[in-house]
Amino acid sequence: MLELKNISFGVDSDGMNKEIIRDISLTIPDGKLVVITGPNGGGKSTLARLIAGIEKPDSGQIFFNGTDITDMSITERAKMGIGFAFQQPVRFKGIQVLDLIRLARGKNIPAANACEYLSAVGLCARDYIDREVNNSLSGGELKRIEIATVLAKESQISIFDEPEAGIDLWSFNNLIDVFKGMRDNIKDSSILIISHQERILNIADQVIVIKDGQVTEEGSRDEVLPDLIGTASYTAKCAKFKDEEGETK
Amino acid sequence: MIKLDEIQKRLLSEVAGLHKVPEGAFNIRSNSESIGRASSANIEIIPREGGDGLEIHIKPGTKNESVHIPVVMTKTGLKEVVYNDFYIGEGSDVFIVAGCGIDNCGPQDSEHDGIHRFYVGKNAKMKYVEKHYGSGDGTGKRILNPGTELYLEEGSVAELEMVQIKGVDDTDRVTTAELAAGAKLTVRERLMTHGSQRAISKYVVNLNGAGATADVVSRSVARDDSYQKFDAVLNGNAPCSGHTECDSIIMDHGRILAVPGLEANDVDAALVHEAAIGKIAGDQLIKLMTLGLTEQEAEEQIINGFLK
Repeated sequence: MLELKNISFGVDSDGMNKEIIRDISLTIPDGKLVVITGPNGGGKSTLARLIAGIEKPDSGQIFFNGTDITDMSITERAKMGIGFAFQQPVRFKGIQVLDLIRLARGKNIPAANACEYLSAVGLCARDYIDREVNNSLSGGELKRIEIATVLAKESQISIFDEPEAGIDLWSFNNLIDVFKGMRDNIKDSSILIISHQERILNIADQVIVIKDGQVTEEGSRDEVLPDLIGTASYTAKCAKFKDEEGETK
Repeated sequence: MIKLDEIQKRLLSEVAGLHKVPEGAFNIRSNSESIGRASSANIEIIPREGGDGLEIHIKPGTKNESVHIPVVMTKTGLKEVVYNDFYIGEGSDVFIVAGCGIDNCGPQDSEHDGIHRFYVGKNAKMKYVEKHYGSGDGTGKRILNPGTELYLEEGSVAELEMVQIKGVDDTDRVTTAELAAGAKLTVRERLMTHGSQRAISKYVVNLNGAGATADVVSRSVARDDSYQKFDAVLNGNAPCSGHTECDSIIMDHGRILAVPGLEANDVDAALVHEAAIGKIAGDQLIKLMTLGLTEQEAEEQIINGFLK
């Protein structure tokens, strides 16, 4: 179980401290798929980075299975069982997909086993296992490999920061199946997804809405979703543009 | 039967991947003398006139054969210049492994300057691997100044892999190439310097014939207080295409100078140079740390991959 208690975080902006996260407290229980949603710039990704240890809060505490991890490093948190999929995955010259999956798994698993993680994210494993994680991969391919590394890590809590960003529609359908599969095998682990996508919200056990650095709504999917429909946190971008142009409602 | 001591064996394994006397044509040079040599039916190895190196003659049409000519030095204070000339017959396809390992436990500098000249015949294909390695904790420097001269005839292909990862204090490497029509040159250089090492790598490639292509790529890492200079000149003297790339990571107080040089003397010469120098990207470290690696382990993985 992951608990955030009174977390605040700000950055310097033109000499002023701009608060991005304002006194957030929330709990991600075991065995649940939780989706954090909300408008762009609301602080969702920052919150995910605070949990992974990439950013340190200005105040407040983070507990993981009852242990205070606020001052722990990224590595220590990863070893304790926190996994994190980047919104914009990193490229590595010379490191192959197989290397990255083995690093994620923490041991030299046979290539055939590593392939299973690639197949799970809809990549033809044979074509990708020896590829370098470099510029030769498209954004969508890289994104799926990123998700495969988090699957391979088999964390107790896996955090996905906007997994849909940069993925085409074909891959997205597959991605929903990946998360459904993870949800089915969740046992006592948990999944935290930062997303705007209706179809990801639809598979959530719990939905948390973050706006202007604060939790504005929190509850089961059935409680929160009806309130979201038609708001900026929920509406797909194209629909919003149409709204602004007054073509559709 | 050649007897090798443990240090010689270790150096041979580092520079030539050899754990025993190789099959096929070979010459093993240790502390300035040949300690073993064999020719094959198609590949003849003979001393040069004057005894300052070897001539390697590969018969036209020789396929899938290899030549190993590693050099090891285990005495301190040795300094030698060796010339090896390769005559690679038309239409042949061969694999050549060179390389030098120096173990210097003494106070004096040890230096090996190997000048390799390759005459690659029409439509012949050559893959050349050269590894340099230094070890030993003496105060004497380990110095390697390799010179590589390539003369590629029409339609020939030369693929070079040059590796210097560890322990060489000072290097001045000069590689020159003359390419006739349709000839193809590929160079992959991997270099890591540490401590106060210094490495200079200079290329001058003349693309003289129509359809000649050259692709010279250097990947390097400069750690501690080391210094590197990559100086790559391509001269496009005919309708040709050429690409050079210097891709480097600097760490600690390492310094790298990349000097691009492209000269197009023909309107149909297409030449490209790329250079990127920088420290390891923070995001790369963070990604590997989220997989459970420490910062130091992440750094090692990134560098290992980069130089793989």
